[in-house]
Amino acid sequence: MDQAFRALLDRWKGVKGSVIPLLQQTQDLLGYLPEEAMRDIAAATGRSPAEICGVATFYAQFRFEPMGKHNLKVCHGTACHVQGADGLDTVLETKFGMKTGETTPDRGFTVEKVACLGCCSLAPVVMIDGEVYGRLTGDKLAKIVSGVKESA
Amino acid sequence: MKAEIAVGMSSCGIAAGARVVLETLKADVAAKALPWTVVSTGCSGACHREPLVEIRQADGRTFLYGNVDEAGARRITVEHLAGGVPVADLLVPPDYPFLARQKRIVLANCGVIDPESIDEYLARDGYAALRKVLSSMTGDQVIAEITASGLRGRGGAGFSTGMKWTFARKAKGAKKYVICNADEGDPGAFMDRSVLEGDPHAVLEGMLVAAYAIGSDEGYFYVRAEYPLAVKRLGIAIAQATEHGLLGERILGSGFSFAVHVKEGAGAFVCGEETALMASIEGRRGMPRLRPPFPAERGLWDAPSNINNVETYANVPPIIRMGAPAYAAIGTEKSKGTKVFALAGKIARGGMIEVPMGISLRTIVEDIGGGIQGGRAFKAVQMGGPSGGCVPASLADVLIDYDSLTATGAIMGSGGMVVMDESTCMVDVARYFLSFTQSESCGKCTFCRIGTKRMLEALTRITDGRGSDADIPMLEELAAKVRISSLCGLGQTAPNPVLTTLRFFREEYTEHIAEGRCRAKKCKALIRFGVIAETCTGCMLCAKVCPTKAARGERKKVHAIDQATCIKCGLCHEACRFAAISIETGRH
Repeated sequence: MDQAFRALLDRWKGVKGSVIPLLQQTQDLLGYLPEEAMRDIAAATGRSPAEICGVATFYAQFRFEPMGKHNLKVCHGTACHVQGADGLDTVLETKFGMKTGETTPDRGFTVEKVACLGCCSLAPVVMIDGEVYGRLTGDKLAKIVSGVKESA
Repeated sequence: MKAEIAVGMSSCGIAAGARVVLETLKADVAAKALPWTVVSTGCSGACHREPLVEIRQADGRTFLYGNVDEAGARRITVEHLAGGVPVADLLVPPDYPFLARQKRIVLANCGVIDPESIDEYLARDGYAALRKVLSSMTGDQVIAEITASGLRGRGGAGFSTGMKWTFARKAKGAKKYVICNADEGDPGAFMDRSVLEGDPHAVLEGMLVAAYAIGSDEGYFYVRAEYPLAVKRLGIAIAQATEHGLLGERILGSGFSFAVHVKEGAGAFVCGEETALMASIEGRRGMPRLRPPFPAERGLWDAPSNINNVETYANVPPIIRMGAPAYAAIGTEKSKGTKVFALAGKIARGGMIEVPMGISLRTIVEDIGGGIQGGRAFKAVQMGGPSGGCVPASLADVLIDYDSLTATGAIMGSGGMVVMDESTCMVDVARYFLSFTQSESCGKCTFCRIGTKRMLEALTRITDGRGSDADIPMLEELAAKVRISSLCGLGQTAPNPVLTTLRFFREEYTEHIAEGRCRAKKCKALIRFGVIAETCTGCMLCAKVCPTKAARGERKKVHAIDQATCIKCGLCHEACRFAAISIETGRH
């Protein structure tokens, strides 16, 4: 197993309430939560693998498969919803073959639906690799995604 | 005074392009060797004018610029900073109604100070409240002051903060915790994010005062994972406060010690519920439990715990500084002080606002928000997110206080305010919220788990044009049962969006069911796109944007839309420059 991951397990040893930060930092490190890592976390925290899996699957943040190269989050908060977030999904699917909740076959993009990015005054918004793009139309989004694709 | 250029660098400012503006200003000021300092601030709230730049001249005069882009930044350096002439067309006037009707207590520093500088916070009476309570007040006196101020929980439920602190102080136990709920999960709400990003020390100071009052030496911030900038700035604030002896052992030489941790949420709406939040800190699935025992008695790791929301804590330092009578003079008899709202949706001027309690909803929408975008008709305001409801335009004169809003069927909520116009379908809004609560239900209570699912199915049938007359009574029956059979606020309030829309917009439900008509022209199954022959110029733009090639035609000839392949995405309607795309609804 990865040395950095071992160090992580050591760092949180015996700390109260360490399970979620451990899962978060493991995901930061490895990009997702492989089964093996969850078993190690269970062993390190003295809990059963089923318990750790139960915690991990409860929260939306955790992934159990590797991500695409780029991460695209389409905001579906209330403001984005009334300003046409659904239309953005349509553009992603019809123009780029990107489906919500999935990673493209070339592993270029993972598209996620998120509840609210808190940039409601700029609705509708998407976040690509941590950067928020606001006041979008289908056309604008298509241009941005094409740009990201080409830069890759 | 120092000559400063302040650039709003909150999440929304950055999304609107503030980073380029900041870099351009820094580079230009350096290149021209101008005697100005470029600083970053948090969000001033005028999100619709982002990116925002404030010029603070050495003579004390200030100029606020809005919608600044790279070219605008260049003009500001050349014309204003070097030339001494303000750039008139980018100026936000000082009497701008968006700002003029507000009363800023919680947001007093947001957009004004650099949130990453404790010195700027200290220069504006920062930590004066903490000094005051540590040097001259007992815990009981602090609680008496907060109780007298009339402060009620800003997370939405509106419980008396003083009373909550009293319970925690009186609870037996050597170890007590103080928790700040920053798991702002309501879609359409960003008040807590803006306060944490814009003035993190104020929240920390409020928490310290609470800890001193109830006798706690350890606390947690539970922050939503989607708010990385808030987490970062909170971390900086904690480190700075520790360096200044305002956090840690024997704070300011007193007998009071306090340690604080930041926990990032992992994406579960239900964790905004206090018992679920504590389960999450403990590293478990975030599922609520039965209350009593309330957290004040048995909370985090079974120790007495006090949990308040970000905005509630941010109100504490100003209350201690100005005194309870001055604070209680603001607002109405039962709702004191101010409330921060995130104003969004179909509003002309969206952003984050702080208004005195007792102001009318209409004043917020029309005077502060400037009414509806594009001159369409104002239909409703959704308040309180998935737990709240829609206040129709006909009731817009309702006053902003806990009790008046509850009487409409909506709630004060945490502060999300999404404005809707005639192009918003109210059945679709109800379906939207139900789909949210349904997927966020933790599954513990049967009615919340399955009842919301059945309600969502009924709403989906109606918006798909497959609804029947039996659906409305079933929705009402299930709504009542979900409400009374759920343990926590998520389930108890999940039916609210359905109940309020049924109460005020019932005709929209029946139109969907009986006539296959969606008056807002929003529900895809009930609308058809077409081309208006008289106005179509044959420019081919619709054909270009259409993702399924349903919109087609030859240059300079009237186009047509093929109904079989049209997916009703509306891109042609959005793109057409001649309003030549029609949308029809209703069975024919």
